[in-house]
Amino acid sequence: MSTPFYVSPQQAMADRAEYARKGIARGRSVVVLQYTDGVVFVAENPSRALHKVSEIYDRIAFAAVGKYNEFENLRIGGVRYADLRGYTYDREDVTARGLANVYAQTLGTIFSSAAEKPYEVELIVAEVGNAPEDDQIYRLPHDGSIVDEHGSVAVGGSADQISTYLDQRHRDGMTLSEALKLAVESLSRDNNGGERTLTAEQLEVATLDRTRPQQRKFKRILGGQLSRLLDGHSDAGAEEPAADAEAGDGTAETGASDEGTTAKEAGDKKAGGKGTNGKGAAGKDDSDEESGPLL
Amino acid sequence: MDFLGAHSPDLLPGNRPLPPVQGAIEAPHGTTIVAATFPGGVVLAGDRRATMGNVIAQRDIEKVFPADEYSAVGIAGTAGLAVEMVKLFQLELEHFEKVEGAQLSLEGKANRLSTMIRSNLGMAMQGLAVVPLFAGFDRDRDKGRIFSYDVTGGRSEEHGFAATGSGSVFARSALKKLFQENFTENQAATAVVQALYDAADDDSATGGPDMARRIYPIVTVITEDGYRRLTEAEVSEIARAIHERRLVQPDGPRAALL
Repeated sequence: MSTPFYVSPQQAMADRAEYARKGIARGRSVVVLQYTDGVVFVAENPSRALHKVSEIYDRIAFAAVGKYNEFENLRIGGVRYADLRGYTYDREDVTARGLANVYAQTLGTIFSSAAEKPYEVELIVAEVGNAPEDDQIYRLPHDGSIVDEHGSVAVGGSADQISTYLDQRHRDGMTLSEALKLAVESLSRDNNGGERTLTAEQLEVATLDRTRPQQRKFKRILGGQLSRLLDGHSDAGAEEPAADAEAGDGTAETGASDEGTTAKEAGDKKAGGKGTNGKGAAGKDDSDEESGPLL
Repeated sequence: MDFLGAHSPDLLPGNRPLPPVQGAIEAPHGTTIVAATFPGGVVLAGDRRATMGNVIAQRDIEKVFPADEYSAVGIAGTAGLAVEMVKLFQLELEHFEKVEGAQLSLEGKANRLSTMIRSNLGMAMQGLAVVPLFAGFDRDRDKGRIFSYDVTGGRSEEHGFAATGSGSVFARSALKKLFQENFTENQAATAVVQALYDAADDDSATGGPDMARRIYPIVTVITEDGYRRLTEAEVSEIARAIHERRLVQPDGPRAALL
């Protein structure tokens, strides 16, 4: 009969932690940065369908690195938690702090349960507030601890190196285009100091934008818009929303440019108020001419 | 909803034990909802009155809600249950979109609503029915569509225009005479407000535009640009124009005889 070897708890935990860390280190990184109008998520991800960054709730988004099936599980769990909370109480009552706590519990339980292998994932949960000071970013490593982050965070393969790079260069009140460029620079640095070029096709970018008129602040930045932001001169063309207009103005005038931002941003995805108003007005003229049967 | 059913079934409308009651319970009822399509979209509008027997329970109730970015639902029937049903419906659509990463098709949304109405059948038998009208922009077919329901959850697509609620008979008749295929957005909005005016004219449970209190019908427009609720200023302009004309011609516009 074989007797199991004695393994000290310290050793067992260290082994599990190392196993998880190695799994995470194999993947590409995700960085999350605060900018003047919210929080931007940038991931190196050639896939269009398998997302590393996704929406959880009105003001909350989720980013993950590691094994896809494991973090997808956690993501769906998070969406359920948030939707159930919001339905039972109120949409206001769903917070990133609550969600991060649930994730921490789940990850912690799995990490320390001997029956299961630890999840090879690292998560970021971010919530956008009404002002940059109210933004919250939580980083959740594989072992179920929570780290409250400010400004910039990186998780994944070369997270330490990227974080150091970001910490040195990130400042408050960056525009979207500036933050995005900084994120891409940091992601394209190799472990050994070399540089790769990352194109728009290799990136998955999303924002939590507090100036968005809809209740749901999450928005993916895709295709043309992303390329324009990456080329990002402050005069990158009329269609270019928010960020570029503001690049010139500086943060002091965000209030003033907010209106333009909202209208244009809305225009991008669903051509919001302005366009429809125009149409409405045109319709009105028509009806004035032939309003006979209607009035 | 399946998750909710397994996890906390008490939150679902259909799963509550029903107390045996004699006769109907007195609860606020919402009244008339109308919808009409126009090339490029659909308008959905509702009056603002909730009644409880012969009492006006609320003058400014809101009965038209966005279901998601490309659809809206207007409710007639027991207000409390209906509002809860809409909340759950909105939640389901949003939940599906987030989990699956894609929106439900308009047919899918309409079917889902059908199931939810059916789950309320027990309540409906006791006089607490909810009968919504669902309208949305179908992005695959590039046009606005309207679905109406009966109390058992039976779903039918309506072409052109539809109405539900106590004043629906009058509203539908009015729309029948006013509706044209080539409406502009504004004309369609005017036509539905006219229909609500006619419903309020003949049905005591439907509220007309309340000029004194500035309470106007809720008018929403869904086009390929998404859901938009007309502002109070826009609706008041339409309502006032109609009101002005009705001072001269109380029965509204006359249709041609042949």
